[in-house]
Amino acid sequence: MLYINCPHCGMRSQNEFSYGGDASVKRPELNKEVSDQEWDNFVYNRKSLRGKHLELWQHISGCRQWIKVERDTATHEIFRTFKADEEVA
Amino acid sequence: MTQAFRIENGGLINKDKKLSFKFNGKTYLGYEGDTLASALLANGVHLVGRSFKYHRPRGFFGAGVDEPYAVVQLFRNGETEPNIKATEQELFEGLEAKSVNCWPSVNFDIGAINNFLKIFLPAGFYYKTFMWPKSFWYRIYEPFIRKAAGLGVASTKHDKERYEHKYEYCDLLIAGSGPSGLAGAYAAAKNGAKVILAEDKPRFGGSLLTSDVNIGNQSGKDWADGIVAELKKMPNVVVKNRSQIFGYYDHNMLVMSEKVSDHLPSTKKYHPNKRLWYIRAKEVLISSGSIERPIVFGNNDTPGVMLSSAAKEYLKVYGVLVGRKPLVFTNNDSGYETAIEFKKHGVDPIVLDSRKNPESEIIDEAKNLGINIKNSYVVVAAQGYKKVKSADIASISEDKKQLGKIENIQCDCICVSGFWTPTVHLASQSGNKTKFKEEIDAFVPGQSKQNEITLGAANGVFSLEETLKTSFTAGSELSKKITENDNKIAIPNVVEKKSSQHDRFWCVPLPKGKNYKRFLDFQNDVAVSDVEIALREGYRSIEHVKRYTTLGMATDQGKTSNLNGLQLVSEIENKVVPAVGHTTFRPPYTPVSIGAIVGREVGKHSKPTRKSPMHSWHEKNDAVFVDAGVWLRPRYYKRGNENLFEASKREAKNVRTNVGVCDVTTLGKIDIKGPDAAELLNRVYTNAWLKLPVGKARYGVMLREDGIVMDDGTTTRISENHYHMTTTTAQAANVLSHLEYYLQLVWPELNVNVVSTTEQWAGAAIAGPKSRDLLQKLFPNSDVSNEGLPFMGYMEGDLFGVKARIYRISFSGELAYEVNVESDYGNFMWEKIIEVGEEFNIQPYGTEALSTLRIEMGHVAGSELDGRTIPFDNALEGLVSKKKDFIGKRSLQRSAFIAEDRQRIVGVVPLDKQTSIPEGSHLVKDDKAPLPNPKLGHISASCWSVEYDNPFSLAILKDGKNMIGQKLFAMSPLKNKVIPVEIVSSHYVDPKGERVRS
Repeated sequence: MLYINCPHCGMRSQNEFSYGGDASVKRPELNKEVSDQEWDNFVYNRKSLRGKHLELWQHISGCRQWIKVERDTATHEIFRTFKADEEVA
Repeated sequence: MTQAFRIENGGLINKDKKLSFKFNGKTYLGYEGDTLASALLANGVHLVGRSFKYHRPRGFFGAGVDEPYAVVQLFRNGETEPNIKATEQELFEGLEAKSVNCWPSVNFDIGAINNFLKIFLPAGFYYKTFMWPKSFWYRIYEPFIRKAAGLGVASTKHDKERYEHKYEYCDLLIAGSGPSGLAGAYAAAKNGAKVILAEDKPRFGGSLLTSDVNIGNQSGKDWADGIVAELKKMPNVVVKNRSQIFGYYDHNMLVMSEKVSDHLPSTKKYHPNKRLWYIRAKEVLISSGSIERPIVFGNNDTPGVMLSSAAKEYLKVYGVLVGRKPLVFTNNDSGYETAIEFKKHGVDPIVLDSRKNPESEIIDEAKNLGINIKNSYVVVAAQGYKKVKSADIASISEDKKQLGKIENIQCDCICVSGFWTPTVHLASQSGNKTKFKEEIDAFVPGQSKQNEITLGAANGVFSLEETLKTSFTAGSELSKKITENDNKIAIPNVVEKKSSQHDRFWCVPLPKGKNYKRFLDFQNDVAVSDVEIALREGYRSIEHVKRYTTLGMATDQGKTSNLNGLQLVSEIENKVVPAVGHTTFRPPYTPVSIGAIVGREVGKHSKPTRKSPMHSWHEKNDAVFVDAGVWLRPRYYKRGNENLFEASKREAKNVRTNVGVCDVTTLGKIDIKGPDAAELLNRVYTNAWLKLPVGKARYGVMLREDGIVMDDGTTTRISENHYHMTTTTAQAANVLSHLEYYLQLVWPELNVNVVSTTEQWAGAAIAGPKSRDLLQKLFPNSDVSNEGLPFMGYMEGDLFGVKARIYRISFSGELAYEVNVESDYGNFMWEKIIEVGEEFNIQPYGTEALSTLRIEMGHVAGSELDGRTIPFDNALEGLVSKKKDFIGKRSLQRSAFIAEDRQRIVGVVPLDKQTSIPEGSHLVKDDKAPLPNPKLGHISASCWSVEYDNPFSLAILKDGKNMIGQKLFAMSPLKNKVIPVEIVSSHYVDPKGERVRS
């Protein structure tokens, strides 16, 4: 079970969180013309990375905040976590 | 019964307390502190089971977790548990056990015929033989295999025992209470670290219980007892026996199974049987020790052949002689320690040592005691069927290939030692890549992967002095990092005998003309010849060899067999062992009972049960409940002998003619506040929300980004910046997360807060032509006329002193209202509605009537919003704004979603107006068409229309828009029904929606 550092609450076990997928996906702006390909990429197309991956988790049984977690998908090592509005450098 | 093999003095058992127990129906006596194995051996019982494949007689091979043979069916307090190791099961008064894997009895086993047919049962036999003809599988092969194979039998009864889960955090977790574990724990505890020390056996001390050493001028055992007593007194230390750490998971999470009650005749009241600990440790010290490995020789599975360390443990811990004429067969000094113990108790052992001329302090001691030692000698084969009677022995050449003349000597047990294999399982599970250590012919942990360190015998270090030194130091250093204390501990003086190098020898060659079975894996009957066949047939990877031969796949997971298997493969393949590699060590290290894994989450506790504040009223009024997600909702209220159909029809009809009341507390409710609340709603719903006035409600549909309908419900503008959203019962949690996702990640600039208020409000839907009259009586001071409270209107009212919210919304399609009060007043509200409604012939109605009402109105619900439909499919395209953008809108342009013949909701009526159509039936054009009959659509919901008194269903039908008036067939192969039907509008009742506005 992963041990995730919620930037709001501190170290918490994985069973308090729910997984939210790739955090690097940006939703196209509202009311903007979007090509089929662009929309497909946003809704469906995801890379299944081996290695460092920035992903979303929601601290659903805690502060209910969505957070970003930098995790290695192969080793499960977690490098850093970020608040939703924090820039990932 | 006499315990003929129990010695007068010695052992750590309590001889003042005799315990009686039964094995295979026969009563025996043992002592408190015995295991089932030691007690049976004390009574001279060596035959405990039959092997898996050949049904050969099996005895005891080890004295702990490594035991491959002595697996029994246990009976305790009216329950039965299969596959218990007799070497681990502590004796209690009244214990009962039976042999497994033998029929009709352990002494006469029909399956043993396999033993004489063994030429037909080599590796892969089952794969090769039971393949054809295919039709034989179910009738002949499977029943045969099932009867002949398998170990114990699981109970089919409900398990009355209780199992607990516990979460714990600590600075240092220590697996094993041998010298390394105790030293590490003591040093860390002295530095103030929070320590958990786990020992799988009942007694602490590990190897110190049986070894002849001296620590700080005390015996090893006394030193261990002193340390444990001191640790137990320290508030920062948890000391647990009977607790096996069986798994090492991500981020230093380890799981431990504590046997709380297995050693007792019955579980104490309020105590669990087992407790599963999830431990998050900052640092882990693996002090799991090592397991002795056997040397392979002919008939080495005969009862009476056992590990030399086990024989020593039975003698020193339990005071039991495993034989009176022991033969010790060794390639290292450990065998001598066992021989010396025998000699000390007046038994004369013979030692066969494969080495030519070994010299060490231990060997000198054995010689001084006058023990008969034969160097360069090996056991060629054990003789005897149900018990060792003699041994064929021979001298062996220096290259270990040539045997001398075979002699037969009398003996009643063969204690074998092939040196020690470190228990690297936990380290390996943590991600640590093991490395092969030439000096000990075994794998040891390599570079640490997580915060773990392995010390002592588990790390391949067999010197007590070095183990204590490294473990005290590690305990100090690891805890110093965490607590910043640095209490120096003097490392005690150690006296131990130095041992000499072991012999790299593990398998005795077959003598000419003999074809003895030489077993590697004792539980699964894998012999040297099986591995040879697997390699001959082309299996190369050790993982494939394992699966083909089943080597190491039994309940003991190859604790004694793995390394010899690797030696054999490396020898045949002419590779070194590290090049062959080992199979993956996976948790659990030892079998864990399913009950412990499940914990308290059984039966009703497997999920929470949510009840509305009106639940007790429903109960008192004969409600029959149905699970709605985790909620319990009244399905119908039973009157007299009514069944579901009759009751729901009565309730629905009463709504259509008078007035009914339904508990709608379970609907999801979300409070939305903030200056940008309207903007949020406008973005998440498909329809327009910016111009909704205060005091008005609106129905909305929400999509996922892929255009599929996610949820629907009404949202009401309570005040300028305050909205009350309702969701379906099932989607409440998902909708909240969905809103939070967009507010926190996508549009953080929106100034809005959302919070669930599902539990805060109790809700009652009042529906029917007389609902306004009733409402007026409930709220005499409010103007609830059609003008004062129009359709989709909202007002606050005073319900006999309780503040209430009144929404004029309708799911039933009738004139209807929903009244909400704070949950604590829910029952008060409900009782008032029933009391005041009496003059209007009010009846409560359940979910079944609710469904009937919505289905005949063509209102969609979960069965249509099933995660596969878009707004058009549900005839909701009128709610999809063309002007504004919203979540999922772009997806609605996908070609499949705008296809001319897109599926759409329709109504379905059977032509005979009699036959109800099963939900899930497929709609087809031709009921006689060959399979697979092209499916045009499916029945999503069915009811008995109370308006027209005939069956009515909703369906999602391809090109539904143009199918009205068509005749099709509804087919349900499950219910074996073919029903001719007509397609009609989904709005079966009041298609213009006049009633809700009346």
